[in-house]
Amino acid sequence: MDKGLFLRNLEIFTKHDRLISVTHDIAPGEVLTVMGPSGVGKSTLLAGVIGTLSPDFRMVGEIWLDGVNITLLPPRLRKIGIMFQDDLLFPHLSVGQNLAFGLKPGGTRADRAAKVTAALNEVGLEGFEARDPATLSGGQKARVALMRMLLSEPSALLLDEAFSRLDATLRAQVRDLVFQRAKDRNLPVLMVTHDVEDARAACGPIIDLGRQSGSV
Amino acid sequence: MPLVPLLAIGLMLGPVAAGLWGTVLPAFGQMRVIGEFESPLEPFRILFNWAGLPKAVTLSITTGIGATAISLMIVSLLMAGWSGTRQFRLIERMLSPLLSVPHAAAAFGFAFLVAPSGWLSRMISPVLTGWDRPPDVLIVQDPAGLAMMLGLIIKEVPFLLLMSIAALSQSQAQSSITIAQALGYGRVTGWLKTVFPRVYHQIRLPVYVVLAYSMSVVDVALILGPNTPASLSVQIVKWMSDPDLQMRAVAAAGALIQLALVIGALAFWRITEIIAAYLGQRWITAGGRGKCDSIIGVFALFSAFVAALAIILGLLILTIWSFAGFWGFPEALPDQLTFRNWARHGPGAWQAFGETALIASVVSGIALLLSIGCLEAEHRHNVQFTRRTVWLIYLPLLVPQTAFLPGIQSLMLGIGAETGRLPVMIAHLVFVFPYVFLSLSDPYRAWDIRYATVASALGATPNRILFRIRLPMLLRPVLTAVAVGMAVSVGQYLPTLLIGGGRIETLTTEAVALASGADRRAIGVFGLMQTGAALLPFALVLIVPNILWRQRRGLRHG
Amino acid sequence: MKHLAVLAALLAPVSALADVNPTDWDEVVAQASGQTVYWNAWGGSTTTNEFIAWVGERVAAEYGVTLEHVKLTDTADAVTRVISEKQAGQDDDGAIDMIWINGANFAAMKEADLLFGPYAEELPNWALVDTEGKTVQTDFTVPVEGYESPWAMAQVVFVHNTATMPDPLGSMQALQEWAQANPGRFSYPQPPDFLGTTFLKQVLVDILDDPSVLAAPATDETYAQVTAPLWAYLDALTPNLWREGKAYPATGTAMFPLITDGEIDLSISFSPGAASTAIANFELPDTVRTFVLDKGTIGNASFVAIPYNSGSKEGAMVVANFLMSPEAQARAQDPAILGYGTVLNMAALSEQERAVFDNLELGIATLSPAELGQVQDEPHPSWMTRIADDWVARYGVAQ
Repeated sequence: MDKGLFLRNLEIFTKHDRLISVTHDIAPGEVLTVMGPSGVGKSTLLAGVIGTLSPDFRMVGEIWLDGVNITLLPPRLRKIGIMFQDDLLFPHLSVGQNLAFGLKPGGTRADRAAKVTAALNEVGLEGFEARDPATLSGGQKARVALMRMLLSEPSALLLDEAFSRLDATLRAQVRDLVFQRAKDRNLPVLMVTHDVEDARAACGPIIDLGRQSGSV
Repeated sequence: MPLVPLLAIGLMLGPVAAGLWGTVLPAFGQMRVIGEFESPLEPFRILFNWAGLPKAVTLSITTGIGATAISLMIVSLLMAGWSGTRQFRLIERMLSPLLSVPHAAAAFGFAFLVAPSGWLSRMISPVLTGWDRPPDVLIVQDPAGLAMMLGLIIKEVPFLLLMSIAALSQSQAQSSITIAQALGYGRVTGWLKTVFPRVYHQIRLPVYVVLAYSMSVVDVALILGPNTPASLSVQIVKWMSDPDLQMRAVAAAGALIQLALVIGALAFWRITEIIAAYLGQRWITAGGRGKCDSIIGVFALFSAFVAALAIILGLLILTIWSFAGFWGFPEALPDQLTFRNWARHGPGAWQAFGETALIASVVSGIALLLSIGCLEAEHRHNVQFTRRTVWLIYLPLLVPQTAFLPGIQSLMLGIGAETGRLPVMIAHLVFVFPYVFLSLSDPYRAWDIRYATVASALGATPNRILFRIRLPMLLRPVLTAVAVGMAVSVGQYLPTLLIGGGRIETLTTEAVALASGADRRAIGVFGLMQTGAALLPFALVLIVPNILWRQRRGLRHG
Repeated sequence: MKHLAVLAALLAPVSALADVNPTDWDEVVAQASGQTVYWNAWGGSTTTNEFIAWVGERVAAEYGVTLEHVKLTDTADAVTRVISEKQAGQDDDGAIDMIWINGANFAAMKEADLLFGPYAEELPNWALVDTEGKTVQTDFTVPVEGYESPWAMAQVVFVHNTATMPDPLGSMQALQEWAQANPGRFSYPQPPDFLGTTFLKQVLVDILDDPSVLAAPATDETYAQVTAPLWAYLDALTPNLWREGKAYPATGTAMFPLITDGEIDLSISFSPGAASTAIANFELPDTVRTFVLDKGTIGNASFVAIPYNSGSKEGAMVVANFLMSPEAQARAQDPAILGYGTVLNMAALSEQERAVFDNLELGIATLSPAELGQVQDEPHPSWMTRIADDWVARYGVAQ
């Protein structure tokens, strides 16, 4: 009943002004799109939700995830996955090691290897375990980044302009893949983008911070 | 405030503060260990009665300011005329490894090169010069300190150049210079007017370090500097070892004068900066496009090339001397080459190498841990490093060594502390930590923090992120920082000599001690070993990451 | 009770001193085993360094004493250190166990009660020392009284390259004239370097009609009058020195490369065999020879002394005794090794031991004991200190 990511009277201030004010409940499987021109505080909102807000900002309000108040939890305990416009695969680890890094601790070595293989198979990257991430194409990297995040079994998903580096065809493909997996796993998704196509494809509510202009 | 930064600042500034205290006390006759004086100003009275003081003070000022100004000029004009070109990359590639050549080895090489009986003179004699004996001209150890100044310049040019290149990468220089040239400015003039102010702002502290160092250097002065009289810092060290213990009080008084000189020179430099900035603004707005840009550019390129060549040929001549049998003037090469010199001096040099390597590894290891601790604390606790903290890190490099190291020695005696390896390591840390920290901090801070966000969203603890993600990705800068630290430690002369009580024999103390005996074969062996000890870690920096990350294209080119 | 504790604290260092008894040699040897002796000795000459390393190997093998050579650029460093340790109350296990010393440094340490002893005349090998013919019981006219033990004899010799300067000189006056005719071809180490100061004393001893005035301490009256001819001599000599006296070699060995390169033709050495050794090590051309003045030259002994606060006095005495052994003395005199004069009395040696000395090849540039001629006494150290200070003021700080 309490499933979902709830932003309750969430307000973020700079030293002088209120930057953002959001109240919204994101249901499982729903995608909330936050739009607006750059500098309006979209990424700051994500930082607040994931718990990496810079001390230059101040946040009030509460964040609830699946019935737990996570407002004051450190990032690693919030169970929120995030994807940026760059894939941010760890360049010193192989594809398989990247995925294993996301995997929760425990299980035998064989179990973990099997999970990694299954995750790769799921996105059509069979046999990529030992590959150097630097040798992958953009679409392949995005898929590995997605699966790495999903292997950590998050309860919600944040997307920070996650598709903006990909070209148009690839962009649609990856976007559909991400939304599909999120829906499969019943994850609430908070997406920040400046792209109308992204917003349309999300088929969910849209907050336009530009129009809201920080004071509504 | 987290513990590690406090510890680091304490370890760095503690010895400096204590050393200055241990200098002030005897300078005013207030240290029982050093004897009683009729009046507190007696040490200063003796100092001012020393006939050599005016010249020693003048030497300290002229060589210090001269070396700094000329090095800065060469580097600025070189960057102005050539940055971004193929010639510039060549010079950069020549000079970068030379940064770690110890001052003493470079100075020895330079002396063996330019002395009247040096290699340059041998190569052109007697064919071009008609000399069958070296000319009786005062080139090395000249009373004006020109040889010493040149010896400093060839070492400071690589330092300032690499500092400037780092600063340049943060100042969008290329677009500025393109715009300036489009407006009809010459390359050099355009660069000086648009880019130099930004670059200089970033390298100001390194320039101050060069100034303070050049004014108070001891090892280079012992090798290349004059003796009639010696520069003030050398004289301070001589007084420190006078059998008449009261002379240590005079040394302390001299150390305070040295400190005052450096502070005065820094103030002078700062005022000059302000005046230059004012004049520079008028020059910029006057709109001159530059007339002799190409000549200035060629001159700067030539100077930098000569500086690089002087060190390289210096190392070569050290090598030749280390293998030389009998070698009279004006022969260009020795009569015969022999392994006898290495057989004679090699065992001693290897022993000193072991001591040097031990101290250098431990000290740079500790400096690395402290640096990572500080930078990680900055990251985790959001401790903002302000301009003032950067000054703190530079402070031990700005206080002349001769001003506080003798004081540490006196204080250690006062409390009955044992001299030996551990105190030497602590003294080295004072100089090594700033360089390790400065070397590591830029890449550490430039690391994309979103990797940490992603990793923590994947459930990783801060320590797991540090050890599994951040440090492995920063392997090359981490190793570079260690190598920088080791090179700094290898080159330390005065801390090893004074704090080690003469019992700690590193390659540097051994090599400089040989200067007075002028046994060129032994100097060749020790100078080469010293250079090798400083360069070896950098070679490992080039090799290790490529081996470790041979399957990771994203990390192979740092 | 409080008083007792203070008393005990005061007595502690004294009782530590009292433990060492040089007369019980067996006990000394027994205690020495396992001790580490830090020998502070000038480290500017590679041949000396090698000799000291050899001594270290021998005493380690024979007595279990570890010898560490602390290489000094100036013996005064070691003196300073002991003085400051005493002032700091570090009365036992100081940093220095043995110092290569003589002259002013010895006089200063002896006067300040910084030396352990008397011990020298208790060492077994003292019986072999030539106390009659060699100045080993006074050091620069200061009575030694057993506070240092001799290990080498030194005498001033002039080193000349016969390829460019064929004939030796007979007096300091002749040197002055030769320098006028050959400007830039002579130099001496910069005082207060001990060899440089020795050169000044040698000038003084040679140009004075009666050098016996130098045996007494210098007073304000005698000093000015006696040294006036020296300064006149140097004023005339300096413009004709190498680099016109604007720079000086730092040490005696620093003049070897100057001769080799042909920058100078003449220099001075305090070790009659050093030139031959340097020829063997390629540091001098084989055309170099040595000579002494007609009236003879200054000579003195090198000693080792043990600081009062050494923690390894037994070990140091064992090393000091070994240095006076025929084995070490013969090695030191070998010009291929060191070329230092021996302190031993040949008549006191066994035939076998004497044969080792007789068989030494002294080297082409080394004068025989007979050729070395008359040894002149060192002036009282007060002369040396004042002359060195005066020299620095006159020539050391101005062009």
